[in-house]
Amino acid sequence: MARKISMKQAINEALDQEMTRDPTVICMGEDIVGGAGGDGEMDSWGGVLGVTKGLYAKHGDRLMDTPLSESAYIGAAVGAAACGMRPVAELMFIDFMGVCFDQIYNQAAKFRYMFGGKAETPVVIRTMVGAGFRAAAQHSQMLTPLFTHIPGLKVVCPSTPYDTKGLLIQSIRDNDPVIFCEHKNLYGFEGEVPEASYAIPFGEANVVREGRHCSIVTYGLMVHRALEAAAALAKEDVEVEIIDLRTLSPLDLDTVLDSVTKTGRLVCVDEASPRCSIAADISAQVVMRAFGALKAGIEMVTPPHVPVPFSPPLEDLYIPSGAQVADAVRKTLREGKL
Amino acid sequence: MDESTRAVITPIVMPKWGLSMKEGTVMAWLVEEGADISVGAPILEVETDKIANAVEAPDPGILRRKVAQDGETLPVKALLGVMAGAGVSDADIDAYVAAYVTPVESEGEEAEAAPAYQFAEVDGLRIRYARRGTATGVPVLFLHGFGGDLDNWLFNLDAVSEQAQVIALDLPGHGQSTVRLPGAGIGALAGFVARFMEVLGIERAHLVGHSMGAAIAAQLALDDPQRVASVALIAAAGLGPEIDAGYTEDFVAASSRRELKRVLEQLFANPELVSRQMVDDVLKYKRLDGVTELLRALGRTLFSGGQQAEQPGLRLGQAGKPVLVIWGREDRIIPAHHAGAAPPGATVEVLDGAGHLVQMERANDVNRLLKQHVAQIADPGIG
Repeated sequence: MARKISMKQAINEALDQEMTRDPTVICMGEDIVGGAGGDGEMDSWGGVLGVTKGLYAKHGDRLMDTPLSESAYIGAAVGAAACGMRPVAELMFIDFMGVCFDQIYNQAAKFRYMFGGKAETPVVIRTMVGAGFRAAAQHSQMLTPLFTHIPGLKVVCPSTPYDTKGLLIQSIRDNDPVIFCEHKNLYGFEGEVPEASYAIPFGEANVVREGRHCSIVTYGLMVHRALEAAAALAKEDVEVEIIDLRTLSPLDLDTVLDSVTKTGRLVCVDEASPRCSIAADISAQVVMRAFGALKAGIEMVTPPHVPVPFSPPLEDLYIPSGAQVADAVRKTLREGKL
Repeated sequence: MDESTRAVITPIVMPKWGLSMKEGTVMAWLVEEGADISVGAPILEVETDKIANAVEAPDPGILRRKVAQDGETLPVKALLGVMAGAGVSDADIDAYVAAYVTPVESEGEEAEAAPAYQFAEVDGLRIRYARRGTATGVPVLFLHGFGGDLDNWLFNLDAVSEQAQVIALDLPGHGQSTVRLPGAGIGALAGFVARFMEVLGIERAHLVGHSMGAAIAAQLALDDPQRVASVALIAAAGLGPEIDAGYTEDFVAASSRRELKRVLEQLFANPELVSRQMVDDVLKYKRLDGVTELLRALGRTLFSGGQQAEQPGLRLGQAGKPVLVIWGREDRIIPAHHAGAAPPGATVEVLDGAGHLVQMERANDVNRLLKQHVAQIADPGIG
């Protein structure tokens, strides 16, 4: 498995392999092919950041450029899924979900339930999430909790190229609607990825690092901040365990509870706003189910409850840092029981 | 001058077990300072992200200094301790420890070294293999078991390569080789191994097989004796009827880390040896498209209902090859008493404190036995 590719390449490869395997897999989105006003070459663009570049040349009309109307093409993708296709719709930024929210939470998410389990909606909505891209308040949000809140949707947010490929393949093969969240600041992040196809099952968290003093539960870009914190803390002889949830719905609470039972301490790190966040949810679940194991109060590391700032220095301060995560771990160690 | 007074200082350094190892953690010292140690005696336990194992004395001498403390994590080649004869002064030991600089593995060094893994095209299948060592003479070919891969020989390849060139492959449908079998049954796999040897230009080899790989080795010795110099069977399939079909079925069915960990724990006498990394590596393989179906079909062909369908090892005597049989006494997959079915004249070693993956759990002993086995056969000048 010596081959290293970027997260962006991992997405491209997963789409390519699934389109090759299954003729019902189609892709649609804004400028994912060439875009109006392009230089006339097939496949000159491949989406706003070039993720689908190269696919049009291989799979032709199974990739579709859409008008700048999320409500129209997300609705079309949901409808196509209900009619037997496996559409992968690229919705540029998760921030734009507002204009097509009915199609997602009140239609796609409800079909299986309202049709007595007989309807399936195998649609994937790929979308960019997260801050740090200097893209201002309307293109930088981490809205994962909004979708995790809704029964009937599956929510995925990977942190590595290996997980990205396996989880995207699983998302396409899954028979329920999946919101697939890609952190734009991880697109260039490289890692070892097998060339062959593989699927990672939903609802299994990854134990990124083992440790006995404190558990850090997180996902997406924040996994890397947690790793920075772990490296700093290791120099102080503090060994943290890092759990990457990978899928927020379904949630692998067992792995979280096992870890907290072992360490007795918990820091939840989330790039989403603090209120009603994944961090808040995990904290509540652990208090309900493993209160007796806790040796210290749970810490949450999140951005402040404000829109993502456009000013670069402020944006950098907004995103939780490795140092903040390390401080939160130290606090649980200082204030807790032995 | 005898060993105890020789003015030689022998460093004990962090070993490099497998190409991915960068550091290890000292778990426990097994001997005290001042102890007289013979060659090959275990000195301390080291744990990597793959597994724990003992570091052995490279030379005889007295353990004069423990440099590394229990629990300390150190890079490969870091100084762990110092051995020397009684004639060496404490001041000399102090000076040696103070002056020791851990050699850094430079980028260049890694680039110049042979690649960790290579690929060969054999009958339309892409086969991953590793080749180590520069010794001339008959090489040693390692064949892993059901669901395994060449990394099952993590602790063995480098050690045995001091004696002979070693080659290990991922069998078809395993590891990173193409997910397709050359045919059903042991005979087809043995034929494929012969083709692999042909493609790599290996005329003749010592075969070392583990579990299902041992049945393949025995079959190849019977089918194609001129290709085989000797056979070493480790926790062998093919020497008797029983096998724990629950294991192979659970191995195929396990899809989560939790399920798989419980399954892999059955491979060891000490289940704590199953690390997170080991489970993750096996999961990565099992998740590849087609692997589950392939393993299920292979398991049904070979081990249906707790019975081994093929037992080529029982006929191995007909091949007239030197045979070494190694087993872990606590093997829960294939019972160790099958070692009794080894052909007449075979060397049989049943090791305590080891399960099915005896070549990992008792790596040092298995390496010693394999090197002796290969050396004995090399001596008469088989060419």
